[in-house]
Amino acid sequence: MKVLVAVKRVIDANVKVRVRQDGTGVETANVKMAMNPFCEIAVEEAVRLQEAGTASETIVVSAGPQAAQETIRTALAMGADRGIHIPLDGPVEPLAVAKLLRAVAEKEGAELVLLGKQAIDDDSNQTGQMLAALLGWSQGTFASKIEINGGTARVTREIDGGLETVELKMPCVVTTDLRLNEPRYASLPNIMKAKKKPIDSMTADDLGVDVTPRLEILKVAEPPVRGGGAKVENAAELVDKLKNQAGVI
Amino acid sequence: MAILLLAEHAGGHLAPATLATIGAARALSEKGAGDIAILIAGSDCAAAAEEAKTVPGITKVLVADDAAYGNGLAENVAGLMVALAPDYSHVLAPATTFGKNICPRAAALLDSQQISEITEVIDSDTFVRPIYAGNALATVRCKDAIKVVTVRATAFEKVQPGDGAAPVENVSGPGDAGLSTHAGAELSRSERPELTAARVIVSGGRGMQSGDNFKQLEEIADILGAAVGASRAAVDAGFVPNDFQVGQTGKIVAPELYIAVGISGAIQHLAGMKESKVIVAINKDEEAPIFQVADYGIVGDLFQVLPELKAELEKAKS
Repeated sequence: MKVLVAVKRVIDANVKVRVRQDGTGVETANVKMAMNPFCEIAVEEAVRLQEAGTASETIVVSAGPQAAQETIRTALAMGADRGIHIPLDGPVEPLAVAKLLRAVAEKEGAELVLLGKQAIDDDSNQTGQMLAALLGWSQGTFASKIEINGGTARVTREIDGGLETVELKMPCVVTTDLRLNEPRYASLPNIMKAKKKPIDSMTADDLGVDVTPRLEILKVAEPPVRGGGAKVENAAELVDKLKNQAGVI
Repeated sequence: MAILLLAEHAGGHLAPATLATIGAARALSEKGAGDIAILIAGSDCAAAAEEAKTVPGITKVLVADDAAYGNGLAENVAGLMVALAPDYSHVLAPATTFGKNICPRAAALLDSQQISEITEVIDSDTFVRPIYAGNALATVRCKDAIKVVTVRATAFEKVQPGDGAAPVENVSGPGDAGLSTHAGAELSRSERPELTAARVIVSGGRGMQSGDNFKQLEEIADILGAAVGASRAAVDAGFVPNDFQVGQTGKIVAPELYIAVGISGAIQHLAGMKESKVIVAINKDEEAPIFQVADYGIVGDLFQVLPELKAELEKAKS
């Protein structure tokens, strides 16, 4: 079974993002970038499926600027076999990415596509569901457990009320939640080995996809700043203030 | 123009997030987006439909009563939405795990670029939504013929059922897509209010040190009629189940009072609770970022503060 994993290069989760003065977006110049944390979980799951003998090959794909190749390289160092880079500059919308991924999945004959449930930059939480729709496949979103058995994938999903299990007809698309696994750190020998693994390039034109943005971003602004920082001495003072000052108890 | 609203419902009632989505739909309707039809899909959903028709602002209730829609399977419900959507200019759903699972699937089939988790309606095709865990607010305009939008429940007033009497119409769709089945669920059962609907939330973080210690938070929650939440760190450590998680990728909450205990205040956690009206932080680390958003902070050992807080609350309540 060939597994396709989609990864996105985003601002590192530990960086405090700053809105650009001119309101066109957030500052990305000289900011530390990294693989989206949910995508790391997707790569880890694919590598584990391969180690368990369930997957035969893991292909990592990323749409984005030239530097997205570094993100692909990270996934290769974690154990994926080869990469595909789709060069794209400017905003990358979920629907366009889903169309690109559909083309790649069909071309490669993938039977399972793993993605993060959302990217921590635009927080859309759409691409996996859109990809499943376009392929006409089943979907298992927000997965905390995946078991593949012949033609069926049993996926446990993190939902608002707790956990839900669905049985999906293969092929399928699965998006990862936080508790699916703990991604490994790439070892130095594997980082060296990853440098020799192939990364192909396919353009949106090659794949026959129109990536013209559908949404117009009119403005990006700072959220209102919340006042805070006041302290109280003890529980008695706290309860008094909550009751008599804030009026919330 | 007209709005199709996908309802999340359970036990014969509309979910609180659905009531907030109706609030967003009404804001949209006032900006010229037309009438609001609410879609109740499920099996045996007559009671939810009866409730829906009374909610002010609803002009039509569409009922798709079919076992295929009973468990909210995305493959089936998205197919139904796609069948109905061409009569509408807007498709709305709550940004809950239910809506987030289904809506993008329908959007892709409608060739529409969904706008996720809006917090404000500017006009019929322009919306505000948080990005980067709420550290920036983007104003976006959608040019697609059918605009697909999910709604962040905490940003809109919940419209409570009233004395409306919108007409109810039965509809059907493609039914079972034959791609997936529901194989079971482990739902948390609690006498306490639901996190996203609670007026007061008591949340614990890694500082709680164990799941057993969450009992101390539960005791305080019970005095206040509060829900119990947690940070990602506490969930990852196995102290409490996943559905307790408040944050960027967990639940987004905005209660009147949020008490954060042993939570340092990572960006991802703040994204889920900083719209709360009053925030209390109890943490032994004076430098913890949670204090920057707290209206009332106590620097101290939570295991010393919690028993005192419990005693003071009991005194205040008696």
